[in-house]
Amino acid sequence: MDVAQLKRQLFEYTTLLFHEGFLDEQFTQLQQLQDENNPDFVVEVVSLFFDDSERLLNELAKALDQQNTDFKKVDAHVHQLKGSSSSIGAQRVQRVCITFRNYCQDKNVEGCLKCLQQVKHEYSLVKNKLETLFTLEKQILAAGGSAPM
Amino acid sequence: MARNGLISRRRRSSDQLDGSDPSPCGSEEVHVLAVDDSLVDRKVIERLLKISSCKVTAVDSGLRALRFLGLDEEKTAGGFNELKVDLIITDYCMPEMTGYELLKKIKESSALREIPVVIMSSENVLARIDRCMEEGAEDFIVKPVKLSDVKRLRDFMTRDVGDITRSDEGDTTRKRKLQESFHAPSSSPFVSSASSSSSASTTPSPSPTPSVSSSKPIAASTDFDFMGFFSTRVKGDNGRHVDDSDRHLNCRKEEMVG
Repeated sequence: MDVAQLKRQLFEYTTLLFHEGFLDEQFTQLQQLQDENNPDFVVEVVSLFFDDSERLLNELAKALDQQNTDFKKVDAHVHQLKGSSSSIGAQRVQRVCITFRNYCQDKNVEGCLKCLQQVKHEYSLVKNKLETLFTLEKQILAAGGSAPM
Repeated sequence: MARNGLISRRRRSSDQLDGSDPSPCGSEEVHVLAVDDSLVDRKVIERLLKISSCKVTAVDSGLRALRFLGLDEEKTAGGFNELKVDLIITDYCMPEMTGYELLKKIKESSALREIPVVIMSSENVLARIDRCMEEGAEDFIVKPVKLSDVKRLRDFMTRDVGDITRSDEGDTTRKRKLQESFHAPSSSPFVSSASSSSSASTTPSPSPTPSVSSSKPIAASTDFDFMGFFSTRVKGDNGRHVDDSDRHLNCRKEEMVG
């Protein structure tokens, strides 16, 4: 595939991600912060998000596995996840977090467990899609194209 | 004038030397202390500030911020802004010490109270915004922070003080300008060196012009879009709706009182 085709593919893929709500305008903001002096900014922030999210999801699973659920703790973790997903534009993850927090407030264990599954699912989806996006970018650069963003 | 001297002298003297606005990329770098417990957010705010030509120190807690500013818990007085921090931007919701508590400590310190403090929060709650502004915060930014938010702060930091009374863009969807909350009278560094603006500072402006009106209580102002609050709240996009369910979080404790 030549550079032009790759670029078109990247453009279409990115547009689809926005259209399907996986990403929102905050992701565009991050892309605007990237330049030739900081060519890996988006990848770096998103990597931090991946690490942070995985940690939080583990903590959530542990907290919800306890006999007496500490809903404050659960909510605190969800609050963090909501914040970081918002900061990178991972809209669908953020939205599940909002619902998740409502169940925490209601002290609804079942609801929380359901949301945990949902947020894990949304997280793995967006992770997958972002990794695909970054791979496309790398392919463009490898094919001699300029930084696509 | 001792208090004024604690703000970056280099920047102030360049304001006094010539009336023109120093370029945003001038040698007079604005030093911002960013405080946020989230690693992701710290990385983003740091980049936002650096791309806006600010020098950045990012810390992960209010305690570390106070230590950096030379104000430890052991000291009741003292503290010394020798590192010339020009602006502090802090997250509201943090464990141990909230951004609000940090704001209070800074404003209680004679050495540090002149430093403008901006609060960031994911929750767009009027009561919270009010409390922060009443405690002396310069501005309140709803997360996620965008380049336009930082640019607005940056523009203010480098603006010549003579510009304060000039009508700004009149963009009523903007969040409130930094200088509108500056209640401190002549000791304010943003007012003192521009004697021509002193008369304007006492004349309440009917238009959304951000004059330095020190007496007007902010919450009572209805003749302009208070901090873009009305438009922000109405928008409700991007998940930025009012989410008031964080009562038990540290940042909500102070809001439960009274």
